[in-house]
Amino acid sequence: MEKERTYTLKIWRQPNANMKGAFKTYKVEDISPGTSFLEMLDILNDQLSENGEDPVHFDHDCREGICGMCSLFINGRPHGPDEEITVCQLHMRVFKDGAKITIEPWRANAFPVIKDLVVDRSAFDRIVQAGGFISVNTGAAVDANAIPIQKVNAELAMDAAACIGCGACVAVCKNASAMLFTAAKVSQLALLPQGDIERKERAMKMVAQMDAEGFGACTNTGACSAECPKGIDLSVIARMNREYFTAKVTT
Amino acid sequence: MSWITDTLGSSIGKKLLMSLTGLFLILFLVIHLIGNLSIFSGDGGLAFNSYAVFMTSFPLIKAVSYLLYFSILLHAFYAFMLWILNRKARPVRYAVEHANQNSSWASRSMTLLGSLIFIFLIMHLKDFWWQFKFGGGYEFEIDANGNRDLYKLVILQFQYTYVVIAYLIGLTALAFHLWHGFQSAFQTLGLNHDRYTPAIRFLGILYAVVVPLGFASMPVYIYFFMK
Amino acid sequence: MSLDSKIPDGPLAEKWTKHKFNLKLVNPANKRKYDIIVVGTGLAGASAAASFGELGYNVKAFLYQDSARRAHSIAAQGGINAAKNYTNDGDSVFRLFYDTIKGGDYRSREANVYRLAEVSNNIIDQCVAQGVPFAREYGGLLDNRSFGGAQVSRTFYARGQTGQQLLLGAYSALSRQVAAGKVTLFPRTEMLDVVLVDGKARGIVTRNMITGKVESHSAHVVVLATGGYGNVFFLSTMAMGCNGSAVWRAHKKGAFFGNPSFTQIHPTCIPVHGDQQSKLTLMSESLRNDGRVWVPKTKEIAEKLKAGEMKPTEIPEEDRDYYLERIYPSFGNLVPRDVASRNAKNVCDEGRGVGETGLAVFLDFRDAIDRDGVDVIKAKYGNLFQMYEKIVDDNPYETPMMIYPAIHYTMGGLWVDYNLMTTIPGLYATGECNFSDHGANRLGASALMQGLADGYFVIPYTIGDYLADMPYDKVSTEHPEFQKAEKEVKERIDKLLNINGSKTVDQFHKQLGHIMWEKCGMSRNAQGLKEAIEEIQKLREEYWKDVKVLGVNEELNMTLEKALRVADFMELAELMVNDALDRKESCGGHFREESKTPEGEAKRDDKNFAYVSAWEYQGEGKPEVLHKEELVFENVKLTQRSYK
Repeated sequence: MEKERTYTLKIWRQPNANMKGAFKTYKVEDISPGTSFLEMLDILNDQLSENGEDPVHFDHDCREGICGMCSLFINGRPHGPDEEITVCQLHMRVFKDGAKITIEPWRANAFPVIKDLVVDRSAFDRIVQAGGFISVNTGAAVDANAIPIQKVNAELAMDAAACIGCGACVAVCKNASAMLFTAAKVSQLALLPQGDIERKERAMKMVAQMDAEGFGACTNTGACSAECPKGIDLSVIARMNREYFTAKVTT
Repeated sequence: MSWITDTLGSSIGKKLLMSLTGLFLILFLVIHLIGNLSIFSGDGGLAFNSYAVFMTSFPLIKAVSYLLYFSILLHAFYAFMLWILNRKARPVRYAVEHANQNSSWASRSMTLLGSLIFIFLIMHLKDFWWQFKFGGGYEFEIDANGNRDLYKLVILQFQYTYVVIAYLIGLTALAFHLWHGFQSAFQTLGLNHDRYTPAIRFLGILYAVVVPLGFASMPVYIYFFMK
Repeated sequence: MSLDSKIPDGPLAEKWTKHKFNLKLVNPANKRKYDIIVVGTGLAGASAAASFGELGYNVKAFLYQDSARRAHSIAAQGGINAAKNYTNDGDSVFRLFYDTIKGGDYRSREANVYRLAEVSNNIIDQCVAQGVPFAREYGGLLDNRSFGGAQVSRTFYARGQTGQQLLLGAYSALSRQVAAGKVTLFPRTEMLDVVLVDGKARGIVTRNMITGKVESHSAHVVVLATGGYGNVFFLSTMAMGCNGSAVWRAHKKGAFFGNPSFTQIHPTCIPVHGDQQSKLTLMSESLRNDGRVWVPKTKEIAEKLKAGEMKPTEIPEEDRDYYLERIYPSFGNLVPRDVASRNAKNVCDEGRGVGETGLAVFLDFRDAIDRDGVDVIKAKYGNLFQMYEKIVDDNPYETPMMIYPAIHYTMGGLWVDYNLMTTIPGLYATGECNFSDHGANRLGASALMQGLADGYFVIPYTIGDYLADMPYDKVSTEHPEFQKAEKEVKERIDKLLNINGSKTVDQFHKQLGHIMWEKCGMSRNAQGLKEAIEEIQKLREEYWKDVKVLGVNEELNMTLEKALRVADFMELAELMVNDALDRKESCGGHFREESKTPEGEAKRDDKNFAYVSAWEYQGEGKPEVLHKEELVFENVKLTQRSYK
């Protein structure tokens, strides 16, 4: 059994959206390296509860890296210091014994803090509602194999569709831009023949909604893609720009 | 026409303008460099001086030059607009950020680099373009071909250490700005392709190194070897 | 009250078609006069809400997550079955029906399962039309794989993220209806009670999880799509927020609970590593297609492994017991989930388990890598291997994986008739939260199928039949029944906040989970179950005296949310145990130690137990009444499952 470790945690505490927040420092002990980051926070919360202090609130649900709920900015990086994972897949073995860990919520105008480390990401839902769908009513579909799709395009669409909507792209972008998120959905549907009919309208509406939500613009730094837990490629942004320009010029 | 303002007003539209003006400026830089290299022609500045006259009097070039001034201003103006937009998008900043683990410094510092270049540009224009075009106070001599001797002014200017240092700083900023800006312009335009993007990236890096080095060679050479 | 399953008569293959014709319709112009509440926006909820919106009904959809894209359907990896027979290997609607009935160990309704198989094909069509990027072959047509030991390749998949892609498809359809103004979403809102007016479900009481506000919502009909209640065991592969509160509240208001003890235990999960573990991670069952399951032949070797004196790779072939291949030569490592899980438990009980805790078995890819090469294995399972390595810090290409069974799915749920209506008129249950289609054991890649079948292709038809007879009048949320329910909810919240005891909610939850896992888990016996009932009752009593819930109601308070859920689990757990106690046979995921063959395999008792248990709540502290829905099998012959 590996040695258990001690950490100093600097965590953003904010009781609700209207009150000001501040960092607070805590200590956790006896953490085994195989503990997940969120389990480490569970341990901290047990400790806080026992002392009568309100536990640290953070979003989490599936704890297996697919629901996209967890959203912590750990030591200056979204989802912490590891590649292509979400916080729930981050394990304490990557932090040295005695390390100081700073935990912040996603910071973006479009993602206001609800409490502590919990933010409101409903802006993403509204972007999808603006056009991130194919208008087909239940029951109106043709046979699934009536629409052959080139394997390479199906795979590219799947690459883009892998987005879990966690918001790490926005969190890490120096401009808090939602281009990678929006572009992933635009790309997925643009790559498939089913999505062709509405492609122009979709690109224009989703971009307009993205702008209306108060996200920043894209500087092509590539940080979003580098920190994306699902490794979504920067090329989706180029594709969305293409879709957008084509739509604007031809409609 | 509302669709134009609508398009160019969107975040992607603003980036489109940045990209197009940027690419135009990139194109200008290489022409500017090739012309300037005539400084090294060893004819006492005759070629350089006629080049200067040609650039300021040939009608087509004149027209293009107005487009150039306009591009610079547009590029700077939209950069400023985007800077404000992007600042607003993150009103509360992070206490700890390790951005170097996910992006290059140049890509994150385009506004800073651009501002440096802008200041440098004002200085550069004041030194030569203003003097040459509007007579900023310097009395030009006349060379053997009967052209005003801009060459001589260049040599004079680059005898000052502070001028050379300022130029080197400005050109370094330009190098970093191009390092990211070149390929970024293509990405914004949506020109991204598995096969060609690596080539564009390579070309961008090459350009970002060679062009500023070419420009820097002039003040440095003049400072050290042409008294 | 007697149970009427409303199964239409006529030949099996014509029941649904005939039934659809006989269902009453709501005039298209009148649909907008009806309000529908949908609770839960997973596959079943989102697909139903979207379809209702498309039809023209006004829909209010409630979810505890911050976005409808996050429901736990998203975590399903393997795939979704359909009887398309694209692979020309002899599949048919009847075969899918047959496999599902047999896989469920003959404890589900023929008519329901047949309908499920029948609409399975429409689901694939619908999802493809929505832009779900299913795996394809080079010719551009859909790819299929065999899954969970099925003898045909009928599983459609999108890499290892099929659930995610299907959910995002349903979510996009839902988003379209939100944009159209037909669906209103209520994220971060938890349903805490269902409200009956004149004996009919007419609304729900919710708590806004951000402001703490307790509110009522009225409608003409309420649809629950709230998923499974496996988190009663504390450790499971479910999401942390999955809970049984909605179904439990409905149950307490009069909805019968069907087969509460039927729980599925999935054999390929990453083993528990310590006391602080919060949840178990499942790895796709497809791993068993190439991995070989084994433990050391003797306890001594297992001890040496645990002490670190030996590495798994150093154990010679003759000291390895590939127990599944040994016991079940014809199915080998591909035996159904319940069999694989139970055998893992058996070898660990014998002391031959591996890993730190001794509660794990090996899943070894050495031979597959030798046979096919690393690249082939990487292409097939690369992402799973990577996930395993991230969690366990072991490289499965070099050393065998360790796996252990974990709670994964609950076949039990609210009892529903053929129309998916519970015993409360106007209250429907779809997806995992109803009991209907999987009997005592669910086959791989069938959960997604059922969720979407219910939501897209069953309930949009059947709900009209009920609404056609409903007056348009809306019930005000000022109605005394709503006021009463709101008051009760508020009192419950206040009570929890004021106990101010000494133990955290999680401590109680862990204790409950421990009781359930030990005594109502992979194998069950009368004595253990009886003990469990007593222990649960005691724990519940203690809970209401000694739980510590900090914070206030009026802001985001995750402790309070959990406390409310655990309070309901405490009651639901007892019903599960009671049901397990009643069912003295072994069937599917329910293994009663008293009912086994001489070789120790599960022994079903069709003579006495071919029924669905439907439990009726009688009031606080009173024993529940068991109603039996006898299962009639006209199209399949009941056989003992054998995988030897």
